[in-house]
Amino acid sequence: MTYLPPTPSHTVGPFYGYALPFPGGGDVAPRERSDAITLHGYVYDGAGEPVPDALVEFWQADPGGSVAGAPGSMRRDPVTGGFLGRDGVAFTGFGRVPTDADGHYAVRTLPPGAPAVPYISVCVFARGLTHHLFTRAYLAEGPDALLASLTPERRATLIARPEPHRTHRFDIRLQGEEETVFLDFA
Amino acid sequence: MTLTQADIDGELAEIRAGHEKARAAGAPAAHHPPRDFPPYRSSLLRHPKQPLVAVHGDPETVELSGPVFGRTDVTELDHDLTRQHAGEPLGERITVSGRLLDRAGRPVRGQLVELWQANASGRYAHRRDQHPAPLDPNFTGVGRVLTGDDGSYRFTTIKPGAYPWRNHENAWRPAHIHFSLFGSAFTQRLVTQMYFPGDPLLAYDPILQSVTDDAARARLVAAYDHSLSRPERSLGYRWDIVLDGPCATWIEEGR
Ligand SMILES: [Fe+3]
Repeated sequence: MTYLPPTPSHTVGPFYGYALPFPGGGDVAPRERSDAITLHGYVYDGAGEPVPDALVEFWQADPGGSVAGAPGSMRRDPVTGGFLGRDGVAFTGFGRVPTDADGHYAVRTLPPGAPAVPYISVCVFARGLTHHLFTRAYLAEGPDALLASLTPERRATLIARPEPHRTHRFDIRLQGEEETVFLDFA
Repeated sequence: MTLTQADIDGELAEIRAGHEKARAAGAPAAHHPPRDFPPYRSSLLRHPKQPLVAVHGDPETVELSGPVFGRTDVTELDHDLTRQHAGEPLGERITVSGRLLDRAGRPVRGQLVELWQANASGRYAHRRDQHPAPLDPNFTGVGRVLTGDDGSYRFTTIKPGAYPWRNHENAWRPAHIHFSLFGSAFTQRLVTQMYFPGDPLLAYDPILQSVTDDAARARLVAAYDHSLSRPERSLGYRWDIVLDGPCATWIEEGR
């Protein structure tokens, strides 16, 4: 079997901000869920400066461990064409957040029920980044093939640090000291 | 010291020669741009220097599945960027159509295709776009559609204009449309840009030229397709998209 050659990647550029982000993109947890968690952090470049024009996407299992997902992340109003937001009930597993002027992002979600050592998959796009980068925000440490393959220093870049109020801090360093571990699934 | 187009052209030629030499020595074609690509100056501080860590998928791998979208996520008018305002936008109306496939050639069905672009004058409806070209009150430049059962998508829009940027002196982006694609797995996620055939700016653009392999670069250029042109209405361009990366069914089949 021969495989088709893939379409090359390109940078998301500087002007995706009016096209890709959507209201409620970071509200993955349905409203009124008391078990919601917040994952947040900063994206930094190789000079340690915050990256204000990155786009961060999240994908994860639901609390029951299913990765089937659900539509409705960016529900639209067929009358006005505007965004209705999520329906407040379904958990779609998908989040999308642009960094703010400080390079900060935050996503409010539910704890993933799978895999055994739970993580939220993270995909980073930015102006200047010719090809997106995958990483993982692990919400706990434990027996995991990827974590086990890394030195303690490198492994630490994948662990979201617990903070009060069910909040986890996960910074993304594109380059330099404490550079985040990025993944290749090929 | 001002960085000129000639400086950039020299850097591009050197990198291309390096790729050709590596190819001649048996290296595989580089389908994607290197993340470290100095002629695109913004890449300098934004690429990792450590090698990527290989993840060998097992059925537990969350990234072998991916987000799904449905009819609540798009509206009927989202695929026609010329009908999102009260009046007709300025510029050359075009239809862009093609198929979204995985590397095995299978259609990616019911998935979200998003696009965004500058208007006919080369101006984005974005607050930070400083290019002194006119905004068009009848054109925003954002579209969405779900792929059909055969992986097909179709947009009606206008041909975007070229625009200047500050990478180097006299830097101009060729006309292009930004695309965002989802596959059946998160590993297949793709953001890229589509170009137009015969554009004289293609050779000067460090972003397109960041794809160093000639055949790979050519896959980013749409083909004029007269059968997609509609009488008295629009000119047609065909652009098929192939998503890279494994998905769950490949793992099951033991690829
Ligand atoms: Fe652009």
